[in-house]
Amino acid sequence: MLIRKGAEASLYLETWHGRKVILKKRLEKKYRIPKLDLTVRIQRTKHEPLIIHKAKKAGVPTPIIYMIDIASSTIVMEFVEGNRLKEILDKLSHEERRNLCKRIGVLVGKLHRSGIIHGDLTTSNMILTPEGKIVFIDFGLSEQSFETESRGVDLHLMKRALLSTHFTNAEECFNSIIEGYREVMGGETEEVLNKIEEIEKRGRYVSER
Amino acid sequence: MRKQEGYCLGIESTADDFGVGIVSFKGEILANVNDTYRPEKGGIHPREAARHHARVAERVIMEALRRSGLKPKELSAIAFSQGPGLGPCLRTGATAARALASYLGIPLIGVNHCVAHIEIGKLISGARDPVTLYVSGGNTIVAAFEAGRYRIFGETLDIAVGNCIDVFAREAGLGLGERQPLGRVVEEKAAKGENFIPLPYTVKGMDLSFSGILTATISLLKSGKYQIEDICFSFQETIFSMLTEVTERALAHTEKKEVLLTGGVGSNNRLKEMLKIMAEEHDATFYSVPKEYALDNGAMIAWVGVLSYKYGLTIPINESFVKLKWRLDEVEIPWVEENYAD
Repeated sequence: MLIRKGAEASLYLETWHGRKVILKKRLEKKYRIPKLDLTVRIQRTKHEPLIIHKAKKAGVPTPIIYMIDIASSTIVMEFVEGNRLKEILDKLSHEERRNLCKRIGVLVGKLHRSGIIHGDLTTSNMILTPEGKIVFIDFGLSEQSFETESRGVDLHLMKRALLSTHFTNAEECFNSIIEGYREVMGGETEEVLNKIEEIEKRGRYVSER
Repeated sequence: MRKQEGYCLGIESTADDFGVGIVSFKGEILANVNDTYRPEKGGIHPREAARHHARVAERVIMEALRRSGLKPKELSAIAFSQGPGLGPCLRTGATAARALASYLGIPLIGVNHCVAHIEIGKLISGARDPVTLYVSGGNTIVAAFEAGRYRIFGETLDIAVGNCIDVFAREAGLGLGERQPLGRVVEEKAAKGENFIPLPYTVKGMDLSFSGILTATISLLKSGKYQIEDICFSFQETIFSMLTEVTERALAHTEKKEVLLTGGVGSNNRLKEMLKIMAEEHDATFYSVPKEYALDNGAMIAWVGVLSYKYGLTIPINESFVKLKWRLDEVEIPWVEENYAD
């Protein structure tokens, strides 16, 4: 069953050997010559699970990868049960929300500490499981980098996503995220915060929507 | 009181072109005259280009007026490209514009070069609310109108795509002694290529990088193992696929229904073909802009001058400094309606 069609890939919810899984299939692009198209799709189909695995090693919960089918550029991964943070964040009590955001901050810090830039940090890409775990999904835009610039952009996107979807609590949430982030990143946090300020001044990443 | 009828003269001088256009308030282009600086060899030398502009300025302005059939006193405003661009070139155009405006006693308007490319593209092609891919020697931008401005959805993190093509072509010794643009020479060679050689494909989220592929392509060249046609083919296929992919992401994200291609690199037929295929897959219409208005030109500056004039966006001469790094998304665009009825 098709559940989402993005610019690059389609997501299907299926049953696979008795398990509920997500199939992420990278689509063929007719504007690219077949040889290049295949190379790009294969590269990304391999890259994404690698980063997902790396994130797991860094202590960030991510979906289990069951299988990669290079020929059809498809990733078969665990369907994570739970609620997207987007849907529940505004319904929590002040204290619960603060705690949850702090935990998000710790996880983002762990990603950055191990050189992973998520690339699409939004509350739609985080799932709170019934056991209370926060699982990060969709590493389709991720990259490996230790640069302050990349970290700044990553967190800035998070801030922008909060402003657009959780307007009334955005500032409080972001501050709690930074509190958690600081627990992992320590002194480097200031550099990242300064970078975010610089990025905002560039006028490119505006808080619209 | 601002006039309802009138004409604006626009001066473009951000890089190697000195262009003068005259456009009526209704959007009729009465003149579009251009003179391009041609270096003996290599790329643009900013100071040399500025010297060229200063030399041809008077002649180009007079020629534009002659073609328009207007007398100088019939003009209502003078617009100039205020940025982004090369300092010496921008300052030469600005000086001419200031002199004209103060001599004629009419308002001066500073125009953002990138805004001008998008607006003239819309005027000429008939696109209303497109995702624009603007690709030239100095710019690589994917933009669309959202909340009062042209927002940048993707751009190059290092060099512009046109610059990447030119540097490669010069390294390959292509186009020596020929009068046509290097991009055109690469396109012709690429059309004869058959074997695809993998090159770095660098799309980072919505952004692009061209420095890696430039280095890699030059090493292919120097290895002496490949035909120049195959190298051009692989190079073009890779960079244009990257551009099309980023445009596609912006299109999917904004859910707009039009794609507009402009800028010098936009005259490449393979790039047009790719964007057309992509647009059709999203039920969007593809528009391109004829060369005269896709390359740097004075008419686009004059046209944005007209749009700005109607909203009183004139600037005093003592505040008309050029802005070398003026970003597209810093400019408020009051003349575009917020929501187009579908």
